[in-house]
Amino acid sequence: MSYIRPEFRHPNSPANERGYTRKDYEGGLSTLCAGCGHDSVSAAIIDACFELSIEPHRVAKISGIGCSSKTPTYFLGNSHGFNSVHGRMPSVATGANLANREMIYVGVSGDGDSASIGLGQFAHVTRRNLNMLYVVENNGCYGLTKGQDSATADIGSASKKGAPNPYAPIDLCTLALQLGATYVGRSFSGDKAQLVPLIKGALAHKGFAFLDVISPCVTFNDSAKSTKAYDFVREHAEATGKMDFVPVKQEITADYEPGYTQEVTLHDGSVIHLYKQDGDIENIAGRKSIRDRNEALRQVQQYKTNGKILTGLLYVDPDSQDFHNTLGTVSGALRDLGEKELCPGKQTLADINASFR
Amino acid sequence: MKPTDTSNPEYFHRVVDCQHACPAHTPVPEYIRLIAAERYTDAYMVNWESNVFPGVLGRTCDRPCEPACRRGRVEDEPVAICRLKRVAADNKADISDRLPKIPTQKNGKRVALVGAGPAALTVARDLAPLGYQLDLYDEQIKGGGFMRSQIPSFRLPETVLDEEVNYILNMGVVSQFDTYVESLKDLLGQGYDAVFVGSGAPKGRDLNVPGREAADASIHIGIDWLGSVAFEHTKKIGKRVIVLGGGNTAMDCCRTARRLGGEEVKVIVRSPFADMKASPWEKDDAQTEDIPIIDNHVPLEFVLENDKLVGMTFDRVVAEYNDAGKRSLVSTGEEPAFYACDEVLIAIGQENAFPWIERDIDIAFDQWEMPEVDRITFQSSNPKVFFGGDAAFGPENIITAVAHGHQAAISIDSFCQGDNVAERPLPGVTLVSQKMGIHEWSYDSSIEEDLRYKVPHADKKSALKDRRLEVELGFDIATAFKEAERCLNCDVQTVFSEALCIECDACMDICPTDCINFIDNDDEPALRQSLRVPADDLEQAIYVSDNLKTGRVMVKDEDVCLHCGLCAERCPTAAWDMQKFLYQVTQASVL
Ligand SMILES: Cc1cc2nc3c(=O)[nH]c(=O)nc-3n(C[C@H](O)[C@H](O)[C@H](O)COP(=O)(O)OP(=O)(O)OC[C@H]3O[C@@H](n4cnc5c(N)ncnc54)[C@H](O)[C@@H]3O)c2cc1C
Ligand SMILES: Cc1ncc(C[n+]2csc(CCOP(=O)(O)OP(=O)(O)O)c2C)c(N)n1
Ligand code: SF4
Ligand code: SF4
Ligand code: SF4
Ligand SMILES: [Mg+2]
Repeated sequence: MSYIRPEFRHPNSPANERGYTRKDYEGGLSTLCAGCGHDSVSAAIIDACFELSIEPHRVAKISGIGCSSKTPTYFLGNSHGFNSVHGRMPSVATGANLANREMIYVGVSGDGDSASIGLGQFAHVTRRNLNMLYVVENNGCYGLTKGQDSATADIGSASKKGAPNPYAPIDLCTLALQLGATYVGRSFSGDKAQLVPLIKGALAHKGFAFLDVISPCVTFNDSAKSTKAYDFVREHAEATGKMDFVPVKQEITADYEPGYTQEVTLHDGSVIHLYKQDGDIENIAGRKSIRDRNEALRQVQQYKTNGKILTGLLYVDPDSQDFHNTLGTVSGALRDLGEKELCPGKQTLADINASFR
Repeated sequence: MKPTDTSNPEYFHRVVDCQHACPAHTPVPEYIRLIAAERYTDAYMVNWESNVFPGVLGRTCDRPCEPACRRGRVEDEPVAICRLKRVAADNKADISDRLPKIPTQKNGKRVALVGAGPAALTVARDLAPLGYQLDLYDEQIKGGGFMRSQIPSFRLPETVLDEEVNYILNMGVVSQFDTYVESLKDLLGQGYDAVFVGSGAPKGRDLNVPGREAADASIHIGIDWLGSVAFEHTKKIGKRVIVLGGGNTAMDCCRTARRLGGEEVKVIVRSPFADMKASPWEKDDAQTEDIPIIDNHVPLEFVLENDKLVGMTFDRVVAEYNDAGKRSLVSTGEEPAFYACDEVLIAIGQENAFPWIERDIDIAFDQWEMPEVDRITFQSSNPKVFFGGDAAFGPENIITAVAHGHQAAISIDSFCQGDNVAERPLPGVTLVSQKMGIHEWSYDSSIEEDLRYKVPHADKKSALKDRRLEVELGFDIATAFKEAERCLNCDVQTVFSEALCIECDACMDICPTDCINFIDNDDEPALRQSLRVPADDLEQAIYVSDNLKTGRVMVKDEDVCLHCGLCAERCPTAAWDMQKFLYQVTQASVL
């Protein structure tokens, strides 16, 4: 068993705009089970951050408890990290974000962490539209505690050693849509071509970006009767459409494949392109606009009813107002406030008091 | 692309860069692991079976394996493959009980071998265990060929050479030293079933510029001079010596001259320093011994005063390259440069010469007076006569001579047994899983980051006083272990089974050097460009699987795979396995 990853990398490994190679975004060697979907999600986060030339020191990774929540150790080793309490990642992320709005927040959670013990926290951070990427690595079970069914397990789905699940599942995307999330997507750990642009868009989005990533637990829940198994997801997933993420500054010169339908410009000027390859110009999964929340909700449900899993970008509101805007907080990080701003003097206090009279 | 056919042994053979580049295809990683395991005798025997002269080669080999070594593509320098071979030779136990048994009952076939260099000695070693009667002729007084007469003792001690030559001579070979073969026709007339010509390329090229004849007493042909030093006919040289030439012979001449009394020894070469034929390490060693290398100087004249050589003049040139990359040396137009000297050694190349081979015995010669020799069978147009080593296609090196010897021995055996010489035996191949437990391998899969270790040298002052004192001291055991650990075990192959793969990406994600890809199939050039890191090294194969469940294929670029086994460790279904591939060139006799 190897505990250390060799230092050598491909001599032609490309560098990004900041001069970093992928290696600069790696973390420690994973101790998860071989083939765990979570490791692929980590690799997709590395790819996205590398491709966006994000400086690693500007990222804070926050997680709860679970195999999924362990993964921040395995990517962005040069970034900040906080492995918090089970289901409490949203509170810690909220606190950190309020103290320093200049960082990029990546929250990593599991279906147990977010849909069971942390469901309340999940609901409230969504409502607040906190500016962060919130990833749930959804394997339909509690991997770390040996594979008990989680609240996202579908009715009838059975893990390797378990009985069919009798309870209705929580659909985290539906919940996020209902609670006002401003960027919602679903993907599959085994589909990096879809997952990487989704993460890039989420990182560029200003507001709460939620990604439910189906990420099979190879050890406990990759069985023939599980709806979170590699084979099942591959057979039942259908994408809203192909997605491209075009970062700011990069001139849009590429020739898009025919069938390109929609383009969404995010607050920082980066652009998301959506297109269906079959040339169905008007429709993204039968929908005119990716900005239509009601349609998104209807479609997710409709696919489910038909026994399918709708993946891809489900909804985005590029003009969203994040939590800081709502609260009217100061424009920079609290650590940059000086004595003058923190102790504005007697007269200011008197003026404030007077304003309430 | 079509799925890679890994059942063709040549595919995995190519992945083991060092072994593939070695003319004799010595299983390099196999012996390096044995050295790390302190099994020096076993390591020696792996070498001995394949290259016959591990002690000699561990000191002198041209090492075509090292520039090929994969390690040199992921960091600065390749593994010190050659000097590790020496470690096996230096630390082995007595091997006499491991040598092949020579039948007392001969098989009735007689073979004559002309020359006792590495090529002919290899033929002898391969044929003796089969019961051939072998008559070996050499004009020198001892065996070894150029290994004895040309390679100076400070690079190759006589004891090392004697030991390895004697293993073969003691196999019942009838050696006739001090015997120059004057006529091949006569030799054939003695009723031999076959003759092997391993007479080398014994003629040193001369330089005919003005003053050459008049100064003849102070001018020597490099290889003749080295031979005369080796056999102790020459014991000293003048204080100021010019060595002409830029190959390894020039390097041996100048370093030998330093030991025979040359105080101001210079190498003067026509070409730019970077274009010199000498190996980089030979140039380093010469410079370390205070021998300047003056490049871009074309000899014009030997200058005499009172009928005595006093120096040489040279035209200063620059190298210019045309679009096709062809070099021409163009005079700078400056005054000729003059260098004073007492003696000159000419080391500007070697040639073949076959004055002893008649032209009416069915051996075809080409326009360059070279025999026409089959590149695979080493048979000449006279089916009884085989060539190998420098005699076959011009000067090369020891390991090439050995490789020729092995193939010629196979041909001679087939010929004598009445079999088809063109039919070649297939290599011996094994492929064995290294799995010992879930994530346990029976090879040391961890990748060490140590940079290449330097071989310690003897003190320069003492070395320059004694031409027999070996300069390189060899690795000590502790350093040898660390150097051995630098080897990436490229023979432990990554073997992929598409039926098992669930396309979880784990192997692709973990691979430190971005070798593995899961993508849509295409033709080779397009596929090479669509990998995570484009596979631009066309010398290196890409490994393409059959279609996977999603319709994609797995494509692995072999180029910089570290053979670390992480892909196989991360694979949940054991679709990757690490399997040790042993490729052995089949020889005439099974040792
Ligand atoms: C100065 C110098 C240094 C070298 N250093 C190295 C080195 O470090 N590493 C390396 O790999 N290679 C080196 N080489 C090259 C290497 O020595 C040869 O390529 C190799 O020895 C060729 O082997 P061979 O068996 O073909 O013949 P040789 O080794 O040349 O042996 C041929 C023998 O045949 C004998 N012979 C020839 N004609 C007759 C005849 N008619 N009758 C009887 N005997 C005859 C010769 O006397 C000689 O002993 C060096 C060469 C030179 C000149
Ligand atoms: C407060 C608390 N309650 C219970 C646990 C036990 N526990 C550890 S991980 C886990 C479930 C994790 O499931 P999930 O978030 O889906 O992560 P996975 O391992 O599946 O990736 C539970 C219940 C705990 N660590 N802390
Ligand atoms: S138990 Fe399941 S979720 Fe946890 S590491 Fe193993 S495969 Fe992944
Ligand atoms: S052995 Fe596997 S993981 Fe290691 S470098 Fe080679 S392909 Fe990559
Ligand atoms: S780790 Fe194994 S199963 Fe997963 S993609 Fe690689 S070969 Fe296939
Ligand atoms: Mg889970």
